[in-house]
Amino acid sequence: MPDAPVLEVRGLTVEYLTDAGPVRAVERFDLDILPGEFVGVVGESGCGKSTMLFGIAQLLSPPARVSEGSVRFRGHDLVTMTDRQLATTRWRDLSVVMQSAMNALNPVAQLGDQFADAMRAHGERSRATIRQRAEEVLALVGIDLVHLKSYPHQLSGGMRQRAMIAMALLFNPDLVIMDEPTSALDVVAQRSLMLQVKQLQQQLGFAVLFVTHDMSLVSHFSDRLVVMYAAKAVEIGSTKEIFANPGHPYTEGLLDAFPSIRGPRLPLTGIPGSPPNLLHPPVGCRFAPRCPKRFEMCDVEPPFYDAGTSRAACHLHALADKKVVQ
Amino acid sequence: MSRHYTEGAPLLETRGLTRHFKVGGAIARKTLHAVDDVEFTIRDREIVALVGESGSGKSTVARLLARVYRPTSGEIYYRGRALSSFRTRRDLLGYRSDVPMVFQDPFASLNPAYRVSHGIMRGLALHRPDIPRHQRRAEAERILERLGLDPAGEALDRFPYELSGGQRQRIGFAQALAYRPRLIVADEPVSMLDVSVRIGLLNLMAGLRDEQGVSILYITHDIASARYIADRIMVMYAGHLVESGPVEQVLQDPRHPYTQLLVAAVPDPRAELTVDKVDHGEPPKVVDPTPGCRFRWRCPWVEDVCHRITPELVELSPGHSAACHVAAARAGYGDVAVAVADSGDRH
Repeated sequence: MPDAPVLEVRGLTVEYLTDAGPVRAVERFDLDILPGEFVGVVGESGCGKSTMLFGIAQLLSPPARVSEGSVRFRGHDLVTMTDRQLATTRWRDLSVVMQSAMNALNPVAQLGDQFADAMRAHGERSRATIRQRAEEVLALVGIDLVHLKSYPHQLSGGMRQRAMIAMALLFNPDLVIMDEPTSALDVVAQRSLMLQVKQLQQQLGFAVLFVTHDMSLVSHFSDRLVVMYAAKAVEIGSTKEIFANPGHPYTEGLLDAFPSIRGPRLPLTGIPGSPPNLLHPPVGCRFAPRCPKRFEMCDVEPPFYDAGTSRAACHLHALADKKVVQ
Repeated sequence: MSRHYTEGAPLLETRGLTRHFKVGGAIARKTLHAVDDVEFTIRDREIVALVGESGSGKSTVARLLARVYRPTSGEIYYRGRALSSFRTRRDLLGYRSDVPMVFQDPFASLNPAYRVSHGIMRGLALHRPDIPRHQRRAEAERILERLGLDPAGEALDRFPYELSGGQRQRIGFAQALAYRPRLIVADEPVSMLDVSVRIGLLNLMAGLRDEQGVSILYITHDIASARYIADRIMVMYAGHLVESGPVEQVLQDPRHPYTQLLVAAVPDPRAELTVDKVDHGEPPKVVDPTPGCRFRWRCPWVEDVCHRITPELVELSPGHSAACHVAAARAGYGDVAVAVADSGDRH
């Protein structure tokens, strides 16, 4: 089966247990990722996009926990796996690149030693093989081999982030999960890192799940896009189509919030108001209080409608006689 | 007021503004050139964007204007008067209330132990002696209302943790506005905010200029937002100002190769992806520099002269200047053109 998804997320729900009661940071999240696919997830801070990633990679720590749902990676459910089983899968088949390389790399170990650590943890004993693989992945991301002997503080921000990606690629994973890897970088470094990730992905064939708050960043790189708002996915579809023809008023608002650098200089409005407190989320559609197009139906939670080019959780598509999917 | 300001002088002007920092230990003393010989003017009722990568020196410029740092050399003139000549408390208070600063991180720049009203009322007490004590609260409410914080009375009694990022940054602007400023120095004021609230704040800044005639130095790495609100733009690289001019002109027709790189790197969903310029370079740390253009290691146009002579800002078309030997030569500037032609011969 060439087209079996490498990752199938079904009904993933993550709760934070707080003194004021459980807060659902991710609610009934579904996603399939095909081999070699680049999926972007966009949303504002607090929408649950990073929590969702951590829920998929089983990296949540209390008070957060997966309360419902399954995450099937190549057919096996990560949620029910023991730590020992996870340890063999993570990094080898599914690796994670964190937001801040400065915090994710060990500040008192040379890069080469950190690469070796990871490989030994996964059963590689031969020094020669370790050395060779470390050199290979470093070359892949375009870092000079002398930096195997460098400490993280000796590298620039862009190089540290590329070193993180090199580490993630040590075992030729099927899926690389990236949590805002470029947010600490300048535009020029950001762009060169994105081009490099895309090039590596095409060369090595891994799938990418890429989370960012900057929609314009993934516009040219992701095949599919998931838009999240207040713990839920609100629109899923091909990146190109969503940019050309957004199916959810929130997506539309997000697109209108970016000033253009080349087009006409138009006054923009952004989205008035701020996202809801997830301790007491609004009944019905969670975007309704900020939505310029809300109407009576919005008091009821919208299902996903087939919005033509994408799937969108917005009742406006019911008015247009679109079908409910899933 | 009797602060001896010169009539008709620009609101703020810098000449040869330079700030160095000592780095390294006692034996290997070195000098980091954070800002070198930066000259610009800001006029009344105008938003000037200062853009550049992190480490380019743009925040140091902000701190020099806010008098957090003293210049190593050079001078800042406020309405024609040198800042270094400000001696009395009254002069300094006057400058601070005319030129307040808004910081990047609204989570770190408000005191968490005090209600929102605290910072605003303190500013009013210090800088607005014309308002009697019992009217201060009403004035604070008026300011918050103008910034779209509604109901203002309620917002004043909140603690910072009760507010969203966008609301906090509005409070940052409210504190600055309480002083009736002439020029707000805003250091990355929207970079920590979500995209959906960012535009609201940019519109607010444009409104302050249009309705109250406040000037703003808008420091940012987000060029698209600079284009959205600014009248003029200045580009910094490694402590030098490398290009400045009217925002549309600079972004549509960038003359300096660094500005071109920067503009090309901005992700634009409305345009096709172009992969022609891939640049792995990084801005240099400017420690004990030798003369020459600081962009030369990354520059696609580099000539011999670029290694020897530091290019100066040259006006290439009205109001639009760039500090690049090659750009100047292309625009037909005499002696530099000869220098470039000379070094070209020797290749």
